[in-house]
Amino acid sequence: MSKKFWETLPQGSVVLEAGSSAKFKTGGWRSMRPRWIEENCIQCMFCWMYCPDMAIKATAEGKRAEFNYDYCKGCGICALECPGKKGNKAIVMEEEGK
Amino acid sequence: MGKIVAVTGNEACAQALKQINPDVCAAYPITPATDLMQRFSSFVNDGKVDTELVLVESEHSAMSACIGAAAAGGRVATATSSQGLALMWEMLYIAAGTRLPIVMPLVNRALSAPLNIHGDHSDGMGARDTGWLQFYSENAQEAYDNLIQAFRIAEHLDVRLPVMVCMDGFIVSHSIERVEYIDDADVKKFVGKFVPVHPLLDLDKPKSYGPLILTDLYHEYKRAQHEVMTKAPRVVLEVAADFEKMTGRKYGLFETYRLEDAEMAIVVMSSAAGTTKDIIDRYRDKGVRIGLLKPRMFRPFPFAEMADALKHVKAIAVLDRADSFGGMGPLYSEVAGAVMQMDSKPAVTNKIFGLGGRDYLPDQAEYVIDELITIAKTGKVKTVKEYIGVRE
Repeated sequence: MSKKFWETLPQGSVVLEAGSSAKFKTGGWRSMRPRWIEENCIQCMFCWMYCPDMAIKATAEGKRAEFNYDYCKGCGICALECPGKKGNKAIVMEEEGK
Repeated sequence: MGKIVAVTGNEACAQALKQINPDVCAAYPITPATDLMQRFSSFVNDGKVDTELVLVESEHSAMSACIGAAAAGGRVATATSSQGLALMWEMLYIAAGTRLPIVMPLVNRALSAPLNIHGDHSDGMGARDTGWLQFYSENAQEAYDNLIQAFRIAEHLDVRLPVMVCMDGFIVSHSIERVEYIDDADVKKFVGKFVPVHPLLDLDKPKSYGPLILTDLYHEYKRAQHEVMTKAPRVVLEVAADFEKMTGRKYGLFETYRLEDAEMAIVVMSSAAGTTKDIIDRYRDKGVRIGLLKPRMFRPFPFAEMADALKHVKAIAVLDRADSFGGMGPLYSEVAGAVMQMDSKPAVTNKIFGLGGRDYLPDQAEYVIDELITIAKTGKVKTVKEYIGVRE
């Protein structure tokens, strides 16, 4: 006899696959989009450290790379924390879809 | 062969926990359960058990630590009463929803306000919807026996749910009674080795506990949880059969007393059932066909089995040691649910008794039986819900 769908669920809602949250692409929640302005970036890596979603990529050399928009929810913490260069922010928030 | 001792209900339950030797016990003291855990903590201190005893700052933390330890893959127990259980409320649901086989003696005590430390079922009934299995014990022997069986039931691979083993605060927890202890080796063999399911400490297989499940799957998880409850009675009876083989003491989903040929029945749980049996004997001597049904397993509630056991009676009085204010007593509601499945619909009344440890005395049982005799004759119920033993 074939099992009903609810009978196939793991006991106690335990997630048995490690790292499966990577499958949950939260970038779709975003209404504000951060834009990186490389010439204003001093490579302090504050944005990389503060990002709650690990949506800022870093290179093998430890340099800042592009945003990972699959996971960026557009919270704006990176833009707030960004010290920029000589008063010019290296991250700005822009309305999504414009 | 076990040993016959004179002990309190708390002492008997502490002894059962000692014999079972759980991996982790996280507890916070509360009257009247304090004495149970205090005795167990002495066993920990004296090296009689290997249990990791976690002394926490509240019952909310106690249940939280139990959940963590059970998810890690341990056999876990705790104990509480009254306000302590109330403080555990949100964690109780998490223990059950996460399918963790935690076992907890609940020494039934009234809820505040007004503040009261004595026995009634308000605490247990407040937790009836949490997803825990609940067993109610008439005396210290039943509390001891139920506690040992609870581990087997909770840990059964078809169940994997937490279990509460209830006994009446002070009336059972602090009264000295004759109890037959089972040999340590027999308890150990009966309970068996703990088999963890999805343990967090199995580091080669990483996993996550407590995910967010929204509208796409929550309903299905609850459907699955309901299904487990429907399987529990079979396991409870299997475990009881094994227990009877070991001890000669018979347990079912409920106990019946002189019910087979009864015309009227009283349904009452825990210690009050003992007094009721005595009064039933007196009425039987006078030729009154009255019997008793004492639920042992309140969750899951054995509706069909109870309907079958009560199908021949004309009138039933359900005695609740708890109230649902503005509603009916919780036991009454369940029995009424069982009655709805019968072809013959007996008259059912609800008596609220013994709140905050008010003594349940023979004259209260006599009052209930005298009224049942009239109801059985006339088929008419004057008052459906009534407080008895009230000072007027």
